[in-house]
Amino acid sequence: MTVLEQPGAYRPTPPPGWQPRVDAAPLLPDAEPYRLLGTAAAADISPDLLIRLHRELVRGRRYNTQATALTRQGRLAVYPSSTGQEACQVAAGLVLEDRDWLFPSYRDTLAAVVRGLDPVDALTLLRGDWHSGYDPHTHRVAPLCTPLATQLPHAVGLAHAARLKGDDVVALALVGDGGTSEGDFHEALNFAAVWHAPVVFLVQNNGFAISVPLAKQTAAPSLAHKAVGYGMPGRLVDGNDAAAVHEVLAEAVRRARAGGGPTLVEAVTYRIEAHTNADDATRYRPDSEVEAWRAHDPIALLEEAMRDRHLLDDEGDRAARESAERLAADLRTRMHQDPVLDPMALFEHVYADRTSQLREQAAQLRAELDAEAADAGKGE
Amino acid sequence: MTTAVGTDTARKPATMAQALGRALRDAMAADPSVHVLGEDVGTLGGVFRITDGLAEEFGEDRCTDTPLAEAGILGTAVGMAMYGLRPVVEMQFDAFAYPSFEQLISHVSRMRNRTRGAMPMPITVRVPYGGGIGGVEHHSDSSEIYYMATPGLQVVAPATVADAYGLLRAAIASDDPVIFLEPKRLYWSKADWSADAPEQVPPIGRAVVRGPGSGGGRSATLISYGPSVPVCLEAAEAARAEGWDLEVVDLRSLVPFDDETVCASVRRTGRAVVVHESTGFGGPGGEIAARVTERCFHHLEAPVLRVAGFDIPYPPPMLERHHLPGVDRVLDAVARLQWESEWTEGSAV
Repeated sequence: MTVLEQPGAYRPTPPPGWQPRVDAAPLLPDAEPYRLLGTAAAADISPDLLIRLHRELVRGRRYNTQATALTRQGRLAVYPSSTGQEACQVAAGLVLEDRDWLFPSYRDTLAAVVRGLDPVDALTLLRGDWHSGYDPHTHRVAPLCTPLATQLPHAVGLAHAARLKGDDVVALALVGDGGTSEGDFHEALNFAAVWHAPVVFLVQNNGFAISVPLAKQTAAPSLAHKAVGYGMPGRLVDGNDAAAVHEVLAEAVRRARAGGGPTLVEAVTYRIEAHTNADDATRYRPDSEVEAWRAHDPIALLEEAMRDRHLLDDEGDRAARESAERLAADLRTRMHQDPVLDPMALFEHVYADRTSQLREQAAQLRAELDAEAADAGKGE
Repeated sequence: MTTAVGTDTARKPATMAQALGRALRDAMAADPSVHVLGEDVGTLGGVFRITDGLAEEFGEDRCTDTPLAEAGILGTAVGMAMYGLRPVVEMQFDAFAYPSFEQLISHVSRMRNRTRGAMPMPITVRVPYGGGIGGVEHHSDSSEIYYMATPGLQVVAPATVADAYGLLRAAIASDDPVIFLEPKRLYWSKADWSADAPEQVPPIGRAVVRGPGSGGGRSATLISYGPSVPVCLEAAEAARAEGWDLEVVDLRSLVPFDDETVCASVRRTGRAVVVHESTGFGGPGGEIAARVTERCFHHLEAPVLRVAGFDIPYPPPMLERHHLPGVDRVLDAVARLQWESEWTEGSAV
């Protein structure tokens, strides 16, 4: 018998600090995603919430289709659609208090719009007229983040700072299934748990990281299981059930605000459209799979539950759709206007004060612009 | 503690490490939004003891031992800065900072620009850097070129005790991110200095001419920063025996770069050598030499030479003395400047 085979001989008895500090069992997610719509519990959901979710879902779908159309018209450089995932977007946009912060990724434009951002400002990054079109402080929405998962440590740091200042602010950070493979995902969750930071992580598991399916992304039983290793609860929810996503997020936000620490929520959903307009989704998934998910559409699920409770009639439905059309028409009109860009703005915010090198370069560009303007004047 | 008079303003020998620690302490005392975070910065006081006593004086919320994760340290600092704090991050050693580069390059350096000024990043990243202390692999890199190549970052390297204090205070007070390169092998260098009445030093972005000629040099300009400045000063002293009067420009700040001071010196001397530890190929010296050539071509009597580390991964400690630019290598370069007519291809250092 080697020393390794002797029970208890290899490791000394761990001192108290080495003991697991929490019982892992309550942290584990349920085996099946949590659902509300279509269950008996759906009868208890507040009518106001359902009506609000419905209105935003319908508007959100229309926003997605309009933005996708704008890419075909060359008005947007790119649009990563969240069609099919609107329940996650709407719940994330509605669940926070004004003082809380949302940390979106590039696919989470809709969540930012639901939170109150001007739809055109929210598209600035994707249109390409600047890297971000809004002051993050106005609606407490961080800039749409393009590198994967790097916004998660920001959310942790902000929530931690708010707690240090004595503010009961919660940060909600959005990430996709692919993002959970990034180191920053791991580091953010670990920091959040160790610091007991008031953060909620929402993983929108939409099945694919561009073309790579979840099975090639992770070997974990679920993405929500990842929470346990950090010492925070993991929650699994049907990402197409807007009421369920809202309830699970609201509970996590309440817990965080009350000092209960971070939560990892995995919402199981599906990306109906391709990754972006530049992607060909037919290369990596069959139409039958997409059609199966269309049958589990977040808007249809909600409408069915609302009609059961007589909370939605044809008139209510029409009102929501008219609101959505107004949103789309406004977006079309304003996005078809060419943005007015000042090239000199390139040098404005590199540093608080321009370096002498940037002053020289700004003068060079100024001269080039003046020469262009003079040439154009001659032509007239 | 303090004398009956109140403060002890007498100058006495202090190390650069002490001055850096005092700068952190004074910055934290002056501004409650200044927070220090990093691996081992709390109870241990940092592996170089720069943060010694801060956790005790200001509490663990202001001087925080983080999990061991550089991307996480800098990434959370971004969030803290978003909420109005001024994080001072310690990267334990130069090469340990590499995992944090994604945060640095994708977010820290760009957030002000991305948000058109709405979200500045007043983060100071302290990086003990450079060789000469016998460190094993990953403990001696000179990584300044990576930082210099990233718009939005300020890059600073003190060479004196007074600058260590003054530049670190300025870095923490800056509304922009500052990479604060601390030359490890100068941590224990001493100078007469008063912690209670630290002398004012020029701001970030200003270079200074240091002795022995101190503005009177006529033979050549040595352009350097951080750990190579004392090497240049020693070379300048030794060069006097050869009848050469060298001027040493201590850049202090690589970004912003002080073209004015550098070019004024080169126009006086007509010759220049750039000296640094990091690699020559694609290194800071190439940029500096190009800038000097573009601006001072008609004043130059010889090509601008570079004395740099070799283009190799940082060597093991038993060989590092062969890699680091020393006084002899600097003097050889200066000697070559004097006979520019014999300049031939392949004679570069």
